[in-house]
Amino acid sequence: MTEITIETVLKRAEADARTYGYYLNPDPELLQGLLEGLKVNEERYGYPSCPCRLASGKFEHDRDIICPCDYRDPDVAEFGACYCRLYVSKEVFEGKKEPPTVPERRPLEKQSRAYLATSELKAETVEMQKVLTGKDTAKVVEPKPKLWYCKQCGYVVFRDEPPYICPICKAKREMFAEIKTLIEFVV
Amino acid sequence: MPFSKVSGRNNAHKVVVYALSTCVWCKMTKQFLKDNNVEFEYIDVDLCEEKEKARIREELQSRSGGLSYPTTIVDDKIVIVGFKKDKLKEALGI
Repeated sequence: MTEITIETVLKRAEADARTYGYYLNPDPELLQGLLEGLKVNEERYGYPSCPCRLASGKFEHDRDIICPCDYRDPDVAEFGACYCRLYVSKEVFEGKKEPPTVPERRPLEKQSRAYLATSELKAETVEMQKVLTGKDTAKVVEPKPKLWYCKQCGYVVFRDEPPYICPICKAKREMFAEIKTLIEFVV
Repeated sequence: MPFSKVSGRNNAHKVVVYALSTCVWCKMTKQFLKDNNVEFEYIDVDLCEEKEKARIREELQSRSGGLSYPTTIVDDKIVIVGFKKDKLKEALGI
């Protein structure tokens, strides 16, 4: 097995940022800290789960928080940075914009998988969450993936939202349109 | 795993930090408190046993409504989610 080093973690993040049009956090100290966290998690769990989230150690439960996590695209689009701030937008990278503390987008129900299942939430706790977050955590609406195509190069992808940029031709997210055609399969 | 205690001259408030050992923002929160000589307790939840994690989950969810790190609780009533210098300064009077 290849040894996991800060260098390998950095190389992978850089390559991913290039492909998907993101930038790595420009603060060297912060970047180093984020890479170290990813390295520890990769050594501990066998996959680089988000250093700022508690992982369960079970791949099927942590799949959505393996870096780059499922929440990166919507978070960078909305706030200019992902939850842990490893990936940022061009504006943030160039110092034109300071992102706020990015709120947790991962559904609480998925976060709870990292904790012992026996501790079922008390009714009053669920009530308290409604008051604090203004959301009914008992009902989690999961986004539905759709088919999107790049109007510039024709690249097609199946996901909740269009990508930040086209990974093939680098067209902006605005160039993506939803494919609404009903595909019928004739046997 | 019990809470670890960091002593400091600034001990007028009870400060508890729920953290992850891998999280850079949690590290920055701890460092900020140390730099300001604030006495505090912290726990790295990712290094805890499963039973302890379950207990922390109850505690965190009932107090903050979420399970985000770092969560800093000042005097059992002010809850600060994330590394927010201004909020910490305000709550601690520093």
